[in-house]
Amino acid sequence: MNPFASIGRTVIAFANHIGRITIFTSRSLYHCFTPPFYWRLLIRQIIEIGFYSLPVVGMTAIFTGMVLALQSYTGFARFNAEGAVAGVVVLSITRELAPVLAGLMVSGRIGAAMAAEIGTMSVTEQLDALKTLSTNPFKYLIAPRIIAGILMLPILVLVADIVGVFGGYLISIYKLGFNSTIYLERTWEILEPIDVISGLVKASVFGLIISLMGCFHGYHSRGGAQGVGAATTNAVVSASVLILASNYVITELYFAI
Amino acid sequence: MSLGFSKISIKNVHKAFGENIVLDGLNLEIQKGQSMVIIGASGTGKSVLLKNIIGLLQPDQGSIKINGEETVGIGWNGKQKFLKKVGMLFQNAGLFDSLTVWENVAFPLLQNKSFDRKHAQRKALEKLSEVGLTSDTANLMPAELSGGMKKRVGLARAIVTDPEIIFFDEPTTGLDPIMGEIINELIIEKVQQLGATTLSITHDISSAKKIGNKIAMIYGGKIIWVGEVSELNSSGNKYVDQFIQGSAEGPIQMDFKHC
Repeated sequence: MNPFASIGRTVIAFANHIGRITIFTSRSLYHCFTPPFYWRLLIRQIIEIGFYSLPVVGMTAIFTGMVLALQSYTGFARFNAEGAVAGVVVLSITRELAPVLAGLMVSGRIGAAMAAEIGTMSVTEQLDALKTLSTNPFKYLIAPRIIAGILMLPILVLVADIVGVFGGYLISIYKLGFNSTIYLERTWEILEPIDVISGLVKASVFGLIISLMGCFHGYHSRGGAQGVGAATTNAVVSASVLILASNYVITELYFAI
Repeated sequence: MSLGFSKISIKNVHKAFGENIVLDGLNLEIQKGQSMVIIGASGTGKSVLLKNIIGLLQPDQGSIKINGEETVGIGWNGKQKFLKKVGMLFQNAGLFDSLTVWENVAFPLLQNKSFDRKHAQRKALEKLSEVGLTSDTANLMPAELSGGMKKRVGLARAIVTDPEIIFFDEPTTGLDPIMGEIINELIIEKVQQLGATTLSITHDISSAKKIGNKIAMIYGGKIIWVGEVSELNSSGNKYVDQFIQGSAEGPIQMDFKHC
């Protein structure tokens, strides 16, 4: 077997995949901004992504905030810098941990569900039925999911910011013995609008990535149950990797010195 | 039944997937009011042909005209125009899992915005009743239905807009003989009521004879025989004879051995 041919095939397959994602993304975004709009479906997706993800995002945030307070206290105590705990907790949560962890958790919950649902529709002729009923699947299925993803992730992250900081506060006050007023004062002093805004911008991008990957892999799934399973896995893995990669890029854009 | 006007005109249609040539210069004319059934073995391109006609696939070459208007290469808006005149019953009914039975049937009405939700529901219940389903089933989800009930709901959805053309993809596949017969009779009754032109694909010969007034056989990517239902048993075509007799010996098997 010619190794160059093998490499060539891999490169072509990769380029083909990138091209398909690019076309799918541009078509999806186009249909997000052009009528008709399916408000009922959009509201359903907003509830599905926003409301039903609250428990998992909230739990993730509160435990992350609690662990962060404990760990940073342990580290900073070695340099007599315990007073920095409040700042570290609030900056870490708002800038990085809330958006990234919320993104990863929602990717597992929602990205997988989107890929499974659309994938099942694809392999059971439901997508074909939609098309023959004069309904564009991009408008009916994909646009509501993408809009809901972009809108709801920032709200989830805002909740995660508050819950995460509250988790750090609980540990700092009731376990580490910080003064409540001073802790809150330090939290407010160090927090700047850009810290929260950058996290919310990240969340919107992650929402786009999660819904796009879920829809893309579901839409192109083939081959019955096995194909739907593979689509689900691919949706979660690709969304997770893209979330981590885009997180670096956005951080670089906002905070690079 | 032929009135001399081609409702569907397929000329020199080619379709290949990689090196696998599925349709190889296929020609077929379906007159207004005709019930054409395309028969053929599995894997001979029946479904691919149907998908090309309704625009789910794009032919590599050739022309498909519906009501005299070209449908190959037209955009989404053009497709929507002709799809509004079309109904389709899918092999597995193609019902939307997330919608109730009545919402599935009313879907085309709500999409066309020709009915509000209340009137669309009333119309859906009427159509469900016409295919023998009571209003008790209207609020069930598709997952709660049997195969035969799903086909009935699919048929109700296909006829809810009173289409000019109806496509049936393997209408009796997966059904027991009694339910298959019931679905055949429903199809005949509804098509006669609507005066629609129909195109069905099936490998169920008894169903083909029942629901069609004209039969075409597809083989090797081409239509190799077209005739009246009454001529099927005396076609004089070796491929058709072998297919309708279900014989293991004959040209079809020999060709498969060479594939």
